[in-house]
Amino acid sequence: MHDFLAIVFTAEFVGNALKYATPLLLASLGLVVNERSGVMNLSVEGMILSSAFFAFAGSYFTGSPLLGLLAALLASLLIALVHSYCCISLGLNQVIVAVALNTFCLGLTSTLFRIFLGTDTNVIRANGFSFVRWPKFLTEIPVLGEILLKQHIFTYVALIMIFVIWWIFYKTTWGLEIRAVGEYPRAADTMGVKVYKVRYLAMLFSSLMAGMAGTALSITGLNLFIDNMSAGYGFIAFATIVFGRFHPLGVTGGALMFGFAQSLQIRMQISDINIPYQIPIMLPYLLTIVMLGIIGSGSVPASWCIPYFPDEE
Amino acid sequence: MSIVLKMEGITKIFPKVIANDHISITLHKGEVHALLGENGAGKSTLMNCLYGLYRPDEGKIFIKDREVVIQNSDDAIKNGIGMVHQHFMLIPELTVTENIILGLRQSRAPLLDIDEAGRKIKELSERYHFNINPHEKIKNLSVGMQQRVEILKVLYREAEILVLDEATAVLTPQEVRELFGVIRKLVQEGRSVLIITHKLEEVMGLSDVVTVLRDGKVVGNVITKKTDPKELARMMVGRDVLFDFHERHAEVGKPIMSVNDISVTDKKGVRKLRNLSFSLHKGEILGIAGVDGNGQVELSEVITGMLPFTGGNITIKGESFGALNPRIVYEQGVSHIPQDRQHTGLVLGMSLMKNLILTDYYHAPYSKNNIIDYDLVDDHAADMIKQYNIKAPTTETIASELSGGNQQKIILARELCREPDILIAVQPTRGLDIGATEFLRQKLIDQRDNGSAVLLISTELEEILQVADRIAVIHEGQFMGIVRKNEVDINELGLMMAGNMRSPSDSICEGE
Repeated sequence: MHDFLAIVFTAEFVGNALKYATPLLLASLGLVVNERSGVMNLSVEGMILSSAFFAFAGSYFTGSPLLGLLAALLASLLIALVHSYCCISLGLNQVIVAVALNTFCLGLTSTLFRIFLGTDTNVIRANGFSFVRWPKFLTEIPVLGEILLKQHIFTYVALIMIFVIWWIFYKTTWGLEIRAVGEYPRAADTMGVKVYKVRYLAMLFSSLMAGMAGTALSITGLNLFIDNMSAGYGFIAFATIVFGRFHPLGVTGGALMFGFAQSLQIRMQISDINIPYQIPIMLPYLLTIVMLGIIGSGSVPASWCIPYFPDEE
Repeated sequence: MSIVLKMEGITKIFPKVIANDHISITLHKGEVHALLGENGAGKSTLMNCLYGLYRPDEGKIFIKDREVVIQNSDDAIKNGIGMVHQHFMLIPELTVTENIILGLRQSRAPLLDIDEAGRKIKELSERYHFNINPHEKIKNLSVGMQQRVEILKVLYREAEILVLDEATAVLTPQEVRELFGVIRKLVQEGRSVLIITHKLEEVMGLSDVVTVLRDGKVVGNVITKKTDPKELARMMVGRDVLFDFHERHAEVGKPIMSVNDISVTDKKGVRKLRNLSFSLHKGEILGIAGVDGNGQVELSEVITGMLPFTGGNITIKGESFGALNPRIVYEQGVSHIPQDRQHTGLVLGMSLMKNLILTDYYHAPYSKNNIIDYDLVDDHAADMIKQYNIKAPTTETIASELSGGNQQKIILARELCREPDILIAVQPTRGLDIGATEFLRQKLIDQRDNGSAVLLISTELEEILQVADRIAVIHEGQFMGIVRKNEVDINELGLMMAGNMRSPSDSICEGE
């Protein structure tokens, strides 16, 4: 047990946790925005998966991870447009639309992967983002240097976004409009707020965050793509939103917790603790269910998942 | 007085109905103009055209002699029109300030300036003695306070023309009086007010001019001082409305239900009913008066088995119950017209004929061996439609598609056709127009005359005075006294509603 704690409380471990939390943090922070506007975005799973694929494919074919990122953002944006059109403009059932889109994305990415890159058993790698290079004297700072300065760019974006999104929500008119539209769109409408516009923009913003999450998943480390690479990350992000109580800071806590669990389970797999490796793999997911059970869903936006039709009498 | 608003020849056609048929109205500066009409007369449609929520098919709108086109609520606000909606357009989770500045461009946009806005709101609030804390969340405010926030919202936008849609529907008598005071002050300051209403007292008490609508057309335009409620009612309904129920001293029979020492405490530990006792007799209407929110809802839920109580017991037809549930109550021959017809009274998504058997679907004649005889149910529904004059195309019509008055008639038909010995009616005429109100009150009286007992819980004192034989006044979950109608005057009732206990010696707590 003593050994076990010693593993957890190393700077390297915490740094890894932050690394693992990054995709989830990005996706969840994006989700907070669209969920608070009243649209339920379960399609986030498909967005992460597709952008993971397109980031990889873009980088593989062009040699540039930046172009890979661009392809990922576009792919995610496109899914968001379809989801928004179906759920906001047409008012279709948001769960069913998401299930359809997610299934589609899973099939599409696996198929394209085989078409373009063959069924070779060799692992194909693309160019990826490497760690941000800091001046040497900074990285040599004990503990903090290890935790914060051996990260790729997306981790920093995620950390900055925590503050940015909190600021947007509570200090700007945009945030007020998003919150209002998610609570009582008709009231917002009578006050001259364009409900559809707010909801679309919230969704598109969220999809860009999911696009970065997918990119962080595929080309910031192993730089490869595998079938169903997102493996439920989107759904975990979604759960994070719910037990993070739709608040940017709550969500951050949830995402970090998941990152720690992930880091821990990988440690457990490689250490010689004598348990089947499947058990640690379950850990983050089990933890998510337990957290949902303990914290509960709290207050959800009153018009969450309810489409708005302006001409209804 | 100069003209601030003119609507000319406004026509709005919906797929099935002409809601507005060439309606013209003129509003002068500093005037209170009442738009009077029954539900469905086209008042709200007209105002929605003015506020940009609908686009009229024909007609013109002029603001101070300049023609304007109002496409959406933004345009309306820019033209100085502010609307206080019947169903408040407030977001419960946001603060007063956030609600008021929503949708506005502040000087430092897109940054929010809550402090600056809060200061301005505080000033406005003080000017009208609103006593509102700008940083309180809406969900913590009473209904009356929420309406003040709605008014502040409009004033903050410096509206010249205020439209109030059925503004008093949810207010207590005191709040109504305060609202009238505010409206008078607004008019003195040079603003103009349009009130949409179907209540004659409101028109008479507040307006300078009245335009009466019926079936989408203007049927009259008169100066309030030169008319009287009778004439207005005639214009509005198209026939004489009497509200003149023949006075019959009901022969009060034996007690049929008695409530003994009942208390209710809510989840937060607040006592909603305190040791309440009364008995209800055959052949009488016992009216329960009081300001909204003093335990009326809890009382009605307790005696219909929807809310558990502590303390004593409830006796129905000689049988004493320490706990009730709705089915026991119904099987004892009690019927219930609930306060909220859309939540508790009806399954809105279900057809009229199914709604009509909700209380009795599980036994003969409607079902045998758990199989419902839909032919019979259909015949029953057709019969009820005829008897209660429900305006519905077929027995399969979905309840939500009917007007409020017709929805209430479904409930009335369902609850009365089972010939109850006891009828509990809670706010039965809330939101109904004059014709439907008259019909419903007459039904209550018929019940009494047939020897049933009626418990009428209403916040409209006028309604209770019209039909009740005895009146109990409830205040903070306690009775302030139970009196015979002919032995009390309005002032005394008002004092009791405000919480003054009537001295026990002159209180007739029970019928003989």
